[in-house]
Amino acid sequence: MSEARDDILGRVRGALGRDPATVAARRQALTASLASPNCGPRPQPVGDLVQRFAERSRSMSSTIDTLATTNEVPAAVARYLADGALGSTAVCWPSLAALDWAGAGLEVAARAATGQDLVGITGVFCAIAETGTLMLLSGPETAATTSLLPETHIAVVPAARVVADMEAAFALLRAEHGSLPRAVNFVSGPSRTGDIEQTIVLGAHGPYRVHLLIVSGD
Amino acid sequence: MRQQSMHFAARVGDRLADVKLQANLKKAKGKFVDMRAAAVREFDADAAACAAAAGRDDAVTFAALRDAGAAIRSKVIDDLDLWLEIFEAKAKASGATVLWARNGEEVCAHTIEIARRHGISKAIKSKSMLSEEADLNAALSAAGVQPVETDLGEYILQIAGNEPPSHIIAPVIHKTLDEVADLFAREHGKPRKTDIPALTREAREALRAHFLSAGMGISGGNFLIAETGGVALVTNEGNGRMVTTLPNVHVVITGIEKILPTLEDLATLLRLLPRSATGQTISNYVSLLTGTKGAADPDGPEHLYFILVDNGRSSLLEDDFRAMLRCIRCGACMNHCPVYQTIGGHAYGWVYPGPMGSVLTPLFTGIERALDLPQASTLCNQCGSVCPVKIPLPQLLRTLRERQVTRQLRPRSERFGLKVWAWLAQRPALYARAASYFARYLGWLAGGEDRIRVFALAPQWTAGRDLPAPQGKTFRERWAAERGR
Ligand code: SF4
Repeated sequence: MSEARDDILGRVRGALGRDPATVAARRQALTASLASPNCGPRPQPVGDLVQRFAERSRSMSSTIDTLATTNEVPAAVARYLADGALGSTAVCWPSLAALDWAGAGLEVAARAATGQDLVGITGVFCAIAETGTLMLLSGPETAATTSLLPETHIAVVPAARVVADMEAAFALLRAEHGSLPRAVNFVSGPSRTGDIEQTIVLGAHGPYRVHLLIVSGD
Repeated sequence: MRQQSMHFAARVGDRLADVKLQANLKKAKGKFVDMRAAAVREFDADAAACAAAAGRDDAVTFAALRDAGAAIRSKVIDDLDLWLEIFEAKAKASGATVLWARNGEEVCAHTIEIARRHGISKAIKSKSMLSEEADLNAALSAAGVQPVETDLGEYILQIAGNEPPSHIIAPVIHKTLDEVADLFAREHGKPRKTDIPALTREAREALRAHFLSAGMGISGGNFLIAETGGVALVTNEGNGRMVTTLPNVHVVITGIEKILPTLEDLATLLRLLPRSATGQTISNYVSLLTGTKGAADPDGPEHLYFILVDNGRSSLLEDDFRAMLRCIRCGACMNHCPVYQTIGGHAYGWVYPGPMGSVLTPLFTGIERALDLPQASTLCNQCGSVCPVKIPLPQLLRTLRERQVTRQLRPRSERFGLKVWAWLAQRPALYARAASYFARYLGWLAGGEDRIRVFALAPQWTAGRDLPAPQGKTFRERWAAERGR
């Protein structure tokens, strides 16, 4: 129905009083303006961004553990799962497959999550201090389901990847990837709903729990 | 959704007499208002602290954020045709298909055609007000495609027999826990429970099976990003992520006005939307969906369709109403509206309730089909003062009232009354005399009390309230006395 397209655009141009002679030049100017985006008013947190990220994450109902190195991750996961009686099996992103999970008594498969998996372990692209938000990119090695289908989502957050705000996160994304992956997911705490009598309940369709392991060193 | 706005007065009467609804409205009243106010205060305090820590004296404020949000949305609307073309080109380049729909029927036709092409028998839906405009669920069912609403509120409405939503972000705000418990017991065939977390888990389990088996996901779109050719979806439940991750086909149905130029603009609007809607700093999930599944990707749809819908929107581009197209559907205007708080969303009789609905419904469906809605406002400007994109809602309602008068759509008695008043108002001496007689008449009616309980000229007006009786002399009399001194 390209007829509908022409009709709608025609109506819009008519209502805006667009002069047909200016369309091409104006469109080009707008397209060019996309290359130098302006940031709007923003608080721009400074100082200890990792601490702010942790505080904000807690206020979004995430829980937090701070580790010195990535090697401590399996033991920290084992501790967290044991404390919550959440079992000892999980799925993880392939980038985390090399960690010594078995050594911590865990059975962790490096694959995308299915509806049956109860614990999903991911990394992050970066994390946002202003709001306590994880930024996850979809991709061959970074399944989107791992942070979505399981009842518990555990994310490994390198302290060096904490940025001030969403604008900084987008700048990092452009610098490191150029274009956007199929899905960019910003996650701020466990899923929730307030639909029944405006009472907040955690674990609507996504995870009931989001646990963050902030790793300060390598 | 069948439009019922012309029966507004009767519907309001029913709502006011509905004891259960009134109790529910009272319970909800103020919650969103308080949460938004707290979120705004917190933003301003946080921004001030951030500026102080950095040694800057130019702390940003929520007020500045609203200015910026309004400016971004205006910029898009003023060049809407070109932004649409830019978005379309980017979306196509990313692998999506872009379709256009002039009205609800075309939305349904496109969606059904897509379902047929991919052999779909079940579609999972994340909340989309446009699909309510188009009555999409009924059309899908008739075409043999089972639509499953997955937002908890929308799901409750669907199993309640396809009830319409009564609020754009809290669709079942009119229902009590008891009503939901009854519905679930009937629908799920499990023991009745009244524990809200347990009910939520029951819905989660029922819907999980649908998420994992549906071939098509249908979502609305909070924003379309021109820079990337993708859509931004904001949800708390995570159903938006499910609908756009699990099925092989994703259809985005959204209005032509939803574009933002850049990701930075999105960041600005995302500071406004959750705070204005629910008082949250950020919603739990914000997803940017651009293009289709890559060859090596383990998840995501192989087919992505955008249906860009006009359905009356282009007619709002005329100068008087253009500001309305800035709307980001946050619901703040209805949360703060004393009329909405008293009658609830269903009385408005179409998809959009509250002040934004009272502007949109007559403009989308015809001024003559929603005569009462622009009158259903005290013009107190609570809505205008909280709108994150600064839409002057009372002014738009006033303009709609003017249109009703110039198009002779008001009742004859009102038109006659206005004519008499205009005639008098042009004759100051006569006007003064008439006013003083009238004031005396009212004083006589009050019979020495400070209020009039039954006003004979308009008994309806005093059916639910008293009319204050004029005290002492008229303004003109006092003015004359004042000047004579
Ligand atoms: S009119 Fe303003 S306050 Fe109302 S829903 Fe739209 S953006 Fe929100």
